[in-house]
Amino acid sequence: MGREGEVVTTLIPEFERSHPGIHIEVQGLPWSAAHEKLLTAFAGDATPDVCQLGNTWVPEFVALHALEALDERVRGSSVIDPRDYFAGIWDTNVIDSNLYGVPWYIDTRLLFYRRDLLADAGFDAPPRSWSEWQQMLAAMKAKAGPDRFGVLLPLNEFEPLLVLALQQDQPLLADDGTRGNFESGGFKRTLAFYVDMFRRGYAPPLTNADVSNIWNEFARGYFSFYITGPWNIGEFKRRLPPALQGSWMTAPLPGPSGPGTSIAGGSSLVVFSKSHVKDAAWQWIEFLSRPEIQSRFHDLTGDLPPRRTTWNEGALAGDVYARAFRDQLERVKPAPKVPEWERIATELRLVAERAVHGQLTVDQAAAELDARANRILEKRRSLLAHRGGS
Amino acid sequence: VRQRAAWPFVAPALAVIGVFFFLPVLAALVLSFTDFDIYALADLSNLRFTGVRNYVELLQRSEFWNALGNTLYFVIAGVPLSIGASLGTALLLHTRVTRFKPFFRTALFAPVVTTLVASAVVWRYLFNTRYGWLNYALGSIGLPAIDWLGDPHFSMPAIIVFAVWKNFGYNMIILLAGLQSIPEELYEAARIDGASAWRQFVYVTLPMLMPMLSMVAILTVAGYFQLFAEPYVMTQGGPLQSTVSVLYLMYDEGFKWWNLGSASAVAFVLFILMFAITAVQLRFMRRGATR
Repeated sequence: MGREGEVVTTLIPEFERSHPGIHIEVQGLPWSAAHEKLLTAFAGDATPDVCQLGNTWVPEFVALHALEALDERVRGSSVIDPRDYFAGIWDTNVIDSNLYGVPWYIDTRLLFYRRDLLADAGFDAPPRSWSEWQQMLAAMKAKAGPDRFGVLLPLNEFEPLLVLALQQDQPLLADDGTRGNFESGGFKRTLAFYVDMFRRGYAPPLTNADVSNIWNEFARGYFSFYITGPWNIGEFKRRLPPALQGSWMTAPLPGPSGPGTSIAGGSSLVVFSKSHVKDAAWQWIEFLSRPEIQSRFHDLTGDLPPRRTTWNEGALAGDVYARAFRDQLERVKPAPKVPEWERIATELRLVAERAVHGQLTVDQAAAELDARANRILEKRRSLLAHRGGS
Repeated sequence: VRQRAAWPFVAPALAVIGVFFFLPVLAALVLSFTDFDIYALADLSNLRFTGVRNYVELLQRSEFWNALGNTLYFVIAGVPLSIGASLGTALLLHTRVTRFKPFFRTALFAPVVTTLVASAVVWRYLFNTRYGWLNYALGSIGLPAIDWLGDPHFSMPAIIVFAVWKNFGYNMIILLAGLQSIPEELYEAARIDGASAWRQFVYVTLPMLMPMLSMVAILTVAGYFQLFAEPYVMTQGGPLQSTVSVLYLMYDEGFKWWNLGSASAVAFVLFILMFAITAVQLRFMRRGATR
């Protein structure tokens, strides 16, 4: 999908040379249409053999019985060693204690920040806890005035709020993922912290559409902290003016008390259960999972590999911007693994936006979220109850 | 006999309409009484027949009423503005004093044929809070800047301005054709009777243009009820759901979340609503015509 779909074609000749008899055909999909097309392919019995799947989609395709369980194959594999993978990422592919995918690359969120502006406010290191972060934001706001901000939390993205919410001990969904758990103390603390950043003027109540060019605004100092993902390392290097190149850095996310967790995002490689060539499909996955191939893949795309071995060698070991990601990856958690999650995450964003605009209090927003999540999960509840009863 | 002979001639058309229109509509109606979703896609035994529950739940959801309110806002403010702009420009293009008519006609029609996405991107820059030309213009006459696409009070007006700009050219051409078909003798007679320009407009132009205006009104109302693409590319329904239309809600429900059952229910509610409103419009117009 997307760039990965183009780049992976350059790895095919080598695979076909070492695996005579296997021929690989790549069909590229744009990310924006991928989900829809795969569901349509499933409905029309035209699923591919191997596919890159966003790891939040895995539960949905497992619910469709579209994916092959891979536990046996991993146990027999000399290439894929689960212990070498970051635990949080591996876990995203495990549904009801069966494995349905092998992590291909990782996407997580952490802080990108302006070192110079932070130093101007009197701090020489990024925040480790929420309270440290608040102090910094307050000091920076005092310096920056009303027209500039400490942090950009775009209201059309659910990820910044979600990663802060995943840092709490209570899960976001309760009862085997059949009910919302947003009225828990943990989530309310996160939401209060999030809303507070807007109330105090640390964050502007804007969407990405209002900030016409993130990199220009970051260079201008319109905001100093930005929660975003690994693809922006390359973008920041490319798009920020040369004079600023020494003044930005990445940092792991601060947590409620000490270093915090982030989300275990990314893509996995899966085998569809309708495939007729599962053995060949598995060999291709093993090939792509070799540390040296992953290393090449990183050089080609900038995507972060899911294996510790790959991180210890090659270009990644020396990349200062990737260091924070390496650190963060030891602390990542999957989003709730239910097919309805994307929709609940969207409601999370919509309700949080209303809270930021003062239309709902934190308590009201949490109650509203639980109500919406429970409505969305109604079918899942009834199916599970039915299955349990019969 | 003659009737029987007609059937073979209309049969191909009927078959096409039946297969590609009535059958899908019927299927959608059946679907709207079920909870078809991805679980049902996996295994049809997960499909539950839920009767009118989709409809009842829809009418209880605040998102639906919000979307309906936004759609009505768009129709009630947008249709008169749109037709007003079309009529105004058509009249200007029709007057004898206007020069370079072909140029203006083409220029004013151009928005209709430009790609919606491309023009939306340009308009997003015009609406930009800090660098947009619109706020620059406001600032130069001493008015405060407006957060057009970020403030829920101004997002819908911004969408309306964009939609009117995008669509008025089409109706303008129809009305211009209508104006050109009004016989010059009528104006001559009115002038001999000493009618002012305004009275000529009210007593000659408007009545003669009525059939055209009625058609334009019906088409525009029906078109504006189906608001979707403008908010989809400009605001993605935000801020604060202030630009989510009924059709947008249906799209999300159906193609984003694969709840095809409840999406079909949304479609039928919108259909009934538009059907009723068009029926009322037609009745008014017939009454106006017989009077």
